[in-house]
Amino acid sequence: MIPATYARRSFLVAASVAGLAMTQAPLGLLVPARANGFAPTRTMRGGSNNYRPNAPLVSALGSGFIVSGMVRQAGNGAPLKGVRIQIWAATTLGGEREPRNHGSVLTAADGSFRLEMEQIVPNFGQPHAHLAYDDGRFQTVFLRPVLGSPKDRSVQTEFVLAPA
Amino acid sequence: MRRNPRLAAICAWGAVLLALGLPVALAATSPWLSYRNPAYVIASFAGIGALALMLLQPLLAAGYLPGPGLARARCWHRWLGAGIVLGTALHVGGLFLTSPDDTLDALLLVAPTPFSVYGVTAMWAILATGLLVLLRRRLGLTLPVWRMAHNALALVAVLATIIHALQIEGTMEPLSKWALCVGVLAASLFTLFDLRLRRPLLRWRGRQPNP
Repeated sequence: MIPATYARRSFLVAASVAGLAMTQAPLGLLVPARANGFAPTRTMRGGSNNYRPNAPLVSALGSGFIVSGMVRQAGNGAPLKGVRIQIWAATTLGGEREPRNHGSVLTAADGSFRLEMEQIVPNFGQPHAHLAYDDGRFQTVFLRPVLGSPKDRSVQTEFVLAPA
Repeated sequence: MRRNPRLAAICAWGAVLLALGLPVALAATSPWLSYRNPAYVIASFAGIGALALMLLQPLLAAGYLPGPGLARARCWHRWLGAGIVLGTALHVGGLFLTSPDDTLDALLLVAPTPFSVYGVTAMWAILATGLLVLLRRRLGLTLPVWRMAHNALALVAVLATIIHALQIEGTMEPLSKWALCVGVLAASLFTLFDLRLRRPLLRWRGRQPNP
């Protein structure tokens, strides 16, 4: 036999789930686009700090640390080719305002981008990178991914861009 | 066993100076320092130094450390208090020179880093503590009110500084940083308990007629 307290607890759980489902279902019907589409990436807080527009296109800014990611179109998620992504970070070369720590790369046909640079070091309390899309065709997005550990040798991120 | 007061004093001061000096010394060996500009290095050590001084402040205020006597210890307490205000100013100023964007974000409470809000809270609490000391006479506060305000602000400054420091991945070596923060918190809480609760209660009981 199930003790009365357990029965009451499972009733409460079931009732809460049902209640939650009832509040969620109509909302789910009202926003159908969320389920199947790629939502645009939103600019992160502090993402544009120490941005120097039009960083030169580079093949590498150093070696030992890889910043990579994907660029997709909002909605259908199609990979975007030839999109310029600007990247900067505090590394062993110096801080985020050090010009040698700023560079741009273009995405490949599969929407991927990759830049090798010097090791990223903690700056203002967190080891992090900055990435920007700021070329007008799509809405501007600034990202500020934080490394899980200052010992990490790479960081990955994704841009889902919405038309401007 | 005979107690040697001079040896006890040397041990007490040695332990306290080691507890606050070792974390600073270990931070000075951080490899990340060589990747920072001078303003950022000064800002880093101004912040670490202010945290380290917070270990001495309650001990001096209460006169726990043997040697100087309460009056001189209180005088040192005022000078170190000025040092903490100066350290805070150098910390924020140096960070601003290094990255105005990040520093303004922090000051305006819109920074993405969770420790920034604690740093800014500590900054205001430290500045308010300093102002309260300077305006002590002009404000015309009675001693009990002034004490309560000073202790409350100092406690906010200590708590906010500790949370700020512990969340930061920076030049401080983690273990010694934790030890220093626990030490600062323990010294502050014990002093508050002793000066504002235990001793007043003992005095109050002393005034009660014996049964």
